[in-house]
Amino acid sequence: MSQSEIAIRLRDLGRDYGDRPALAGVDLDLPAGASLAVLGPNGSGKSTLLRILATLLRPSRGEVTVLDTPLPGEAWKLRGRIGYLGHEPLLYEDLTGRENLEFQARLYGLEKQEAGRRIEADLEMVGMSRRADYRVSDYSAGMKQRIAICRAVLHRPSLLLLDEPDSNLDPEGREAARSLIGRRDQLAWQGETAVTRVAVSHEPEKARAEADQVLELAIGGVAP
Amino acid sequence: MTPFGQAFAAIVAKDLRTELRTMRSLPAMVLFAVTTFVIFRFGLDRTALSGSLASGVIWTTLLFAAVLGINRIFLPEREEGGFDAFRLAPVDRPALFAAKAAVLFLYLAVLEVIVVPVFAVFFLQEWSGLAPMIVVLLLTNLGFAALGTLISSMAVNSRARDLLVPLLLLPLVVPLMIAATGATTHLLDAGGPSYDKFGTWLLVLGLYDGIFCLVGYAVFDFLLED
Repeated sequence: MSQSEIAIRLRDLGRDYGDRPALAGVDLDLPAGASLAVLGPNGSGKSTLLRILATLLRPSRGEVTVLDTPLPGEAWKLRGRIGYLGHEPLLYEDLTGRENLEFQARLYGLEKQEAGRRIEADLEMVGMSRRADYRVSDYSAGMKQRIAICRAVLHRPSLLLLDEPDSNLDPEGREAARSLIGRRDQLAWQGETAVTRVAVSHEPEKARAEADQVLELAIGGVAP
Repeated sequence: MTPFGQAFAAIVAKDLRTELRTMRSLPAMVLFAVTTFVIFRFGLDRTALSGSLASGVIWTTLLFAAVLGINRIFLPEREEGGFDAFRLAPVDRPALFAAKAAVLFLYLAVLEVIVVPVFAVFFLQEWSGLAPMIVVLLLTNLGFAALGTLISSMAVNSRARDLLVPLLLLPLVVPLMIAATGATTHLLDAGGPSYDKFGTWLLVLGLYDGIFCLVGYAVFDFLLED
């Protein structure tokens, strides 16, 4: 497989917090457009891996190439191409859901009309159209997660990094979220470029069934 | 990349909208300043101040009121994940520095629009020095805003940020305060304003502003790294 067909290439990736290794010896080749499930117990470095791929953390050792961009050296090239959904919703509590998305659209340089069209469509898909003008501080955790999902994909990224995307969502919310962050055949917004998807999950059976590849982490390294 | 101006405008608009909605910074700054004037009025047992004493009272009050605003300027980014959201966006990071400094500058300007007249009512018999003092206020605000934004971005990730901001800020702000009080002293003389060394002090203020605007712009990228 040529370099450009690989969305994520990891070689002996490791990250330490002080003296404590959080992630060690991770190797991976993930083709563009494929879906990867990251499994492992608490503390095995799943969120750390996602934050490294999102350019939010520097690796302590190893090689990382994401969408043909070596990290951390050329991380700036990736900005705007990644959709990241972490444990925190990354929403301003004193703005409404819609205002948060409008702010996000302006940061990503989206043209106003296109941004408005996407915001309405995405809010509709996650069932938040009628509650988009409430302040985020008044939302439940599940409602915040729905708006955070809209935020993560508003700029139509090439790479989706999802850290337990179903957390706080009820069954209806999980179903609704699939059109924005599901597998490539479920996405409602995918353009000509195939979207690569990396999702951390605590539901191994479901994750294995949905993903093209599985990366199983263990505390201090990769599961045998 | 998103144009610098568009990102700058988006962040300034977001911060001002939040402040107008929550009133978390400005009222505290104004209340602090007015309370301090009341304390000075009764503590000094004087109904009129002029010259260096008047200059000292107003700048001491404005400095500590500014610290209240500086402490809070990055709090939403820290507590609500705004730093991560910003680091993921295709935006020049100095746009965040410039926008936050602009917001702080506006907070200080609004503070002064309210509290300088209060100061004048409490302490001044001669008001004609207030008009030229606007230049001093604007230049000093720019220095406060640039340095305050820089210090706040360094301290915000620490649990001891409420302690760190004054610890780092106050020593660095001494030259700015010396120049601001120096420029203001003769403007508030009892017999009306005189302009002795006024230009020199303005030049010092301008140099200080230029240095910290450039330093902030140059190093802010590194301050946002993990």
